[in-house]
Amino acid sequence: MQLDSLYQEVILDHYKHPQHKGLSPIFTAQVHHVNTSCGDEITLNLNIENNVITSLTWDGQGCSISQASVSMLSDLLIEKSLEEADVIAKSFSQLMASKGTSDGDPEILEDAVAFAGVSKFPGRVKCALLGWMAFKDAAIQSQGESK
Amino acid sequence: MSFSVANVRKDFPIFERTIRDGKRLVYLDSGATAQKPWAVINAESDFYSKHNAAVHRGAHQLAEEATDAYEGARAIVAEFIGANENEIIFTKNATESLNLVAYAMGNADKGNRFALNSDDSIVVTEMEHHANLIPWQQLAKRTGAALSWFKVTEGSRLDLSNINQVITSNTKVVAVTHQSNVLGTINPLEAIVARAHEVGAVVVLDACQSVPHMKVDVTELGVDFLAFSGHKAVGPTGVGVLWGKPELLDALPPFLTGGSMVSSVTMTDATWADVPQKFEAGVPNMAQAVGLGAALNYLSTIGMDAIREHEISLTEYALEKMLAIPGIRIIGPQNNVSRGATIAFTIEDIHPHDVGQFVDSQGVAVRTGHHCAWPLAKCMNVPATTRASFYLYNDEQDVDALVEAVVGAQKYFGRF
Repeated sequence: MQLDSLYQEVILDHYKHPQHKGLSPIFTAQVHHVNTSCGDEITLNLNIENNVITSLTWDGQGCSISQASVSMLSDLLIEKSLEEADVIAKSFSQLMASKGTSDGDPEILEDAVAFAGVSKFPGRVKCALLGWMAFKDAAIQSQGESK
Repeated sequence: MSFSVANVRKDFPIFERTIRDGKRLVYLDSGATAQKPWAVINAESDFYSKHNAAVHRGAHQLAEEATDAYEGARAIVAEFIGANENEIIFTKNATESLNLVAYAMGNADKGNRFALNSDDSIVVTEMEHHANLIPWQQLAKRTGAALSWFKVTEGSRLDLSNINQVITSNTKVVAVTHQSNVLGTINPLEAIVARAHEVGAVVVLDACQSVPHMKVDVTELGVDFLAFSGHKAVGPTGVGVLWGKPELLDALPPFLTGGSMVSSVTMTDATWADVPQKFEAGVPNMAQAVGLGAALNYLSTIGMDAIREHEISLTEYALEKMLAIPGIRIIGPQNNVSRGATIAFTIEDIHPHDVGQFVDSQGVAVRTGHHCAWPLAKCMNVPATTRASFYLYNDEQDVDALVEAVVGAQKYFGRF
């Protein structure tokens, strides 16, 4: 079934067992992003020390795709430098824009290549990107803070 | 009197196609927009291929034909809701109709009966679609008027127990939906209209979910303004209707200004044409208005009472079948009293977006989200719901397909 390309096991696993969920009180930036069309919400706390993501925690509610995506994002980005995180975020955005033509780079995206199937469902791309948009916003705010 | 759904479906070409790899289309999203019969598609197409010209202008045969077709559509709309032709204003949709009233009131000079200030109040309800909430909320902000509202009970009905405290002698406008686009609740207008008129307020009715589904007569309802969209009534997109009592439309200042809505113009001033032209600035959506006329004629031929009867029995069937699904919570009245054929629900902790995606994979089209009624979702304590909305082309087989798909979603997402 085509649906299985959307709901990969690893995605449903992150949805059921979200990583780094629960907001840490220590952060350099806190952002709240909402998908206005469906009401999905994510609050993301980002902590950056010496250009490295030392903590990335979140809380939220929403569909399996939005929640699994931010869970996987947190796994991927913690302990990365901002430059490394930027490369990963760009790679993920490109995958989401690929309309099913890309499998994603497992060297960069690791398990997040499972979201390749989402790019075939235009209605769900926004769900997958919600957490990543929140991260980008938080990274910009954190950098503003440190200057 | 009843009709054959199978025959009705033959009038709608979209049901000839399949979706998601050859599955039968089970379209349960008419609350968002209805499918179109050939009669409407042909009427719109014929206007462009045979009669196209700018209405109310031009000294040529095509302009005459276009004007006849456009004004003919106005007459059809008027008859459909028990009104007179000069009380029908064509807009682009119900959202524009409601904004028209709100902005026009905001344009009223001091002394005009519609002028609002900080002594006045505007009343809405907690179950309004954003289109009948935000225009009033913003009008209140611009004028300093207070905004108050009727709450929704646990049984998904309007709480009118404090009606005399909500609608007071300061109330100028009461904006209410005829039927909730989420809950399906049909509101008791009699008490609201009586109290509003007792204090001299006008009642603005959002009839988007009622006019396409039941016989609506503006005189019987006693409301002062009524708005609906063409596209939810098997008509084209791009055309909506505002009806108002003639003396109120006369007193109401214009909203949009420009061509065709004037009686005279100088470089520094203008006076307005009579209603309805006063509220129809610019070349209107002509083919769409003509298509709406064809749509309402189509519905009349089937019969609005027959359509309502069909939807009542379909809702009865759907409620029974859906309430039998373990873990379902219906967001709206659980019984079939004063209720339309719109059923919103949640299913255990499976997010509506995921439910919607799964049932779509089975060929069942539903809507998910907050359905443009965010405050209502908050009040019902749900982030979002899945909504099935039925119409004249749906039958019990469609309900069965929905139920089967929802149970399938439970199995699918229960696998991890």
